[in-house]
Amino acid sequence: MTDTQSTRPIMQGLGLKQHYSVNQGMMKPKGTVKALDGVNFSVEAGKTLAVVGESGCGKSTLARLLTMIETPTEGALEFDGQDLLKLDKAKRKELRQRIQIIFQNPYGSLNPRKKVGTILEEPLVINTKLSKAERKEKAIALLQKVGLRPEHYDRYPHMFSGGQRQRIAIARGLMMNPKVVVADEPVSALDVSVQAQVLNLMMDLQDELGLAYVFISHDLSVVEHIADEVMVMYLGKVVEYGSTEQIFGNPQHPYTRALLSSTPRIEPEKRIDKIRLTGELPSPLNPPSGCAFHGRCQFANERCSAETPVLTEQSDASTVACFGVDEGRLPYLVSA
Amino acid sequence: MTQTLATKPVSPLAEFWSYFSSNKGALAGLGFIVVIVLLAIFADFVAPHHPHEQFRDFILTPPAWTDGGTSQFLLGTDGVGRDILSRLIHGARLSLLIGLVIVTLSLAMGICLGLAAGFFGGAVDSAVMRVADVLLAMPPLLLAIAVVAILGPSIVNSGLALSLVYLPHYVRLTRASVLSEINKDYVVSSRVAGASSLRLMFITILPNCLAPLIVQATLGFSNAILDMAALGFLGLGAQPPLPEWGSMLATAREFIQSAWWVVTFPGLVILLTVLAFNLMGDGLRDALDPKLKQ
Amino acid sequence: MTDHANHLLSVDQLSVAFGTGKRPFTAVDRISYHVDAGEVVGIVGESGSGKSVSSLALMGLIDFPGKVSAEGLSFKGTNLLTLSEKQRRKITGADISMIFQDPMTSLNPAFTVGNQIMEAIEVHQGGTPAERRDKAIDLLRQVGIPAPESRIDNFPHQLSGGMSQRVMIAMAIACDPKLLIADEPTTALDVTIQAQIIELLLKLQREKQMGLILITHDLALVAEAADRVVVMYAGQIVETGPASEIFKAPRHPYTQALMRSLPESASGSDRLQALPGVVPGANDRPSGCLLNPRCPYATERCRTEEPGYIGPEGRQAKCFFPLDDNGRPAA
Repeated sequence: MTDTQSTRPIMQGLGLKQHYSVNQGMMKPKGTVKALDGVNFSVEAGKTLAVVGESGCGKSTLARLLTMIETPTEGALEFDGQDLLKLDKAKRKELRQRIQIIFQNPYGSLNPRKKVGTILEEPLVINTKLSKAERKEKAIALLQKVGLRPEHYDRYPHMFSGGQRQRIAIARGLMMNPKVVVADEPVSALDVSVQAQVLNLMMDLQDELGLAYVFISHDLSVVEHIADEVMVMYLGKVVEYGSTEQIFGNPQHPYTRALLSSTPRIEPEKRIDKIRLTGELPSPLNPPSGCAFHGRCQFANERCSAETPVLTEQSDASTVACFGVDEGRLPYLVSA
Repeated sequence: MTQTLATKPVSPLAEFWSYFSSNKGALAGLGFIVVIVLLAIFADFVAPHHPHEQFRDFILTPPAWTDGGTSQFLLGTDGVGRDILSRLIHGARLSLLIGLVIVTLSLAMGICLGLAAGFFGGAVDSAVMRVADVLLAMPPLLLAIAVVAILGPSIVNSGLALSLVYLPHYVRLTRASVLSEINKDYVVSSRVAGASSLRLMFITILPNCLAPLIVQATLGFSNAILDMAALGFLGLGAQPPLPEWGSMLATAREFIQSAWWVVTFPGLVILLTVLAFNLMGDGLRDALDPKLKQ
Repeated sequence: MTDHANHLLSVDQLSVAFGTGKRPFTAVDRISYHVDAGEVVGIVGESGSGKSVSSLALMGLIDFPGKVSAEGLSFKGTNLLTLSEKQRRKITGADISMIFQDPMTSLNPAFTVGNQIMEAIEVHQGGTPAERRDKAIDLLRQVGIPAPESRIDNFPHQLSGGMSQRVMIAMAIACDPKLLIADEPTTALDVTIQAQIIELLLKLQREKQMGLILITHDLALVAEAADRVVVMYAGQIVETGPASEIFKAPRHPYTQALMRSLPESASGSDRLQALPGVVPGANDRPSGCLLNPRCPYATERCRTEEPGYIGPEGRQAKCFFPLDDNGRPAA
């Protein structure tokens, strides 16, 4: 983490916003959902940035923006120093192949009517002029790299277990030699023992190929294991952003702390004093004024409901968007 | 349940057959259809007589097993002395061909329109679906009669009319399947791989929508035969002396009370064929629809 | 195995098999355990371990192709096996209730939540409509739903996942059950909501002195919430014991492997110790100990002979060589 300044990020987002307009029914004005509201991030080659948050926090929207399935309403998305949104079509199509995605549900992400070989070769058919034999060679090489056997090339997805399917999905993501892999909850549909296999595979591939991961997850124990940096999101905004050591060792935002304390732990010494949140996630159509979290936060005061906090850099170089942290009035930070 | 790797991969076709063949009704239907198809193909060799040949000495001969019947005409002859068995065999050729053409036409057009509507959404969707709604709002046979009245009565025109009548069913079915598939992750990942719209529609999505369409097409086949027979009965379909099952029924109307066999056999063949297609369609649905499996 | 009369629920040698013909698939294979009043028992296992099927069998919810058999199945001293279908349903509906994984599909979208809670009350307790409504509002309040007087007339689609699960819990405790079975009650929910729901379940369990069976794949959740733990693998119970002991020193290699494959057990960026292979399915159940193809300690004996339960009462492992406190197999 010390060489942060020296390396240039392979991918970064600057002020990314994605707003959707939503029909609320007849006779009502159209509402706006701010799925993402001004998100900055950067990820370096060979590193993992974890995006953490509950449903509706905008982490899946972020994944769709990064892989250019959607175009943001506002903001810049830089890949290797070039703004992807300003490039011409041909150049963008070329760079797009350097960013791949792995989905949560390995049962839905593989086309059930195609053989594994066909699925793996699809990106090559579309984007390259490789011959049939060359494509097959590459597909089999990657099958072996993710721990499957060459004879799996001719089988259909339904013949595989969840973990094996996720391996196939990873192999497909690697077909075009990507630099960045967006992993959208890649292990949350898998059993614990299989989850460990897939996480190990992802870490091995990262070491070998120098991949940058944007790892989207709600499971903090997985994030702690795999991530270098963590970005905690709440209702479309980043509330805390820092290194894994900072986030897990010294969580500052009350929401981060609540997430951590809600995560069950096997070892009693890892459990931290519970911060129980009251209420649920507010509707993104009608977000609260001020800090979006103030309604559920036991430390909120009048300022929190009136003004919107911005990310400010803390003494340990992490950034937090919370007035309570700015004003030094959070009891757990004072006592620590 | 965790699915483990079978030692020998089962091909989808073998799996399909194991489900299909466990349905006895569907097998019987398939068997009957195979027989009819073979008869139709080899009609020239199988039929004892030419379908148009009139045996003036044997007008209204009853079937062979009844009094006055002769083994020369197994199912008897009609009002102008043509062999009913031969006409039925040749009629199968015509009826099946027409059914096939009608289903293929409406299926092909329905798939294209339905894919476009489901895939592009918005204005394309609205336009296609409203036209389909209008077509569905008219009684099918009336619509077909109207189209035939405009184009003139002939076997080709009534076929066209019927394909138009069936079109909305295929459009709606395709669109519904596309909508349920289009947001699945495998489609998104093809998009990420840079697949074009046409590739996404026809190569990625379509194969996953085919199962309900195949079932609908099989059932549509029997509808086509039935409606074609109705048009023929009304004199708007096949024109005499073509041996088409519906028009055979129509020309036999006057003998309903005097010579039962002239009406009964064409009616029976239509009934059995339609039944066979429906049984097979049900079997196909059970075998192809993953929701009904297990 | 144990004295039936003293336990709230006692299950002896329960098996569930699916499919007919030559090779029926054994989803649950001779499991025995018990639950006492006021006790939280966690059943953990991966998918295909039979943990959900076994509880469905308890409730009498296994449909036709499935075959349930047991040596003994007693609830509050009553043998459930000898009861008629109707008598049994009376017990399973009122004294044993169940909460399922997905609250969104467990509620009928066509009726208001009040309707559905009142139906549950009506079937087992009767009362006038006004009384039932009051009871339903009271139940919603007990499960922590704000403004229950207005929420009672909401339809399920107007509630969030967490709220729906609270409604499911309200329905489950409507008849003051003695035993509550929660099948992955929080898997479909967000982390912070999950913590709220578990806290609610434990609070209700303490207040009403219910027995609670918590079925989950989440070891850490069980470690925090349960008093005793039952670990299942491929339809069999492989280890039982108090939660405090089982996670400190697992006796069965499978429990140990599960714990080691958790990301939280890895230090820093080390690789996790993954268990190779997958849970055996219908067609590839190994002979001997079911874990032997995946077990790092397996010997020739494990491949041929099925192990019995070894260890003191209440702290048993189905293994020839149970692990010692240092996590090594006994000689």
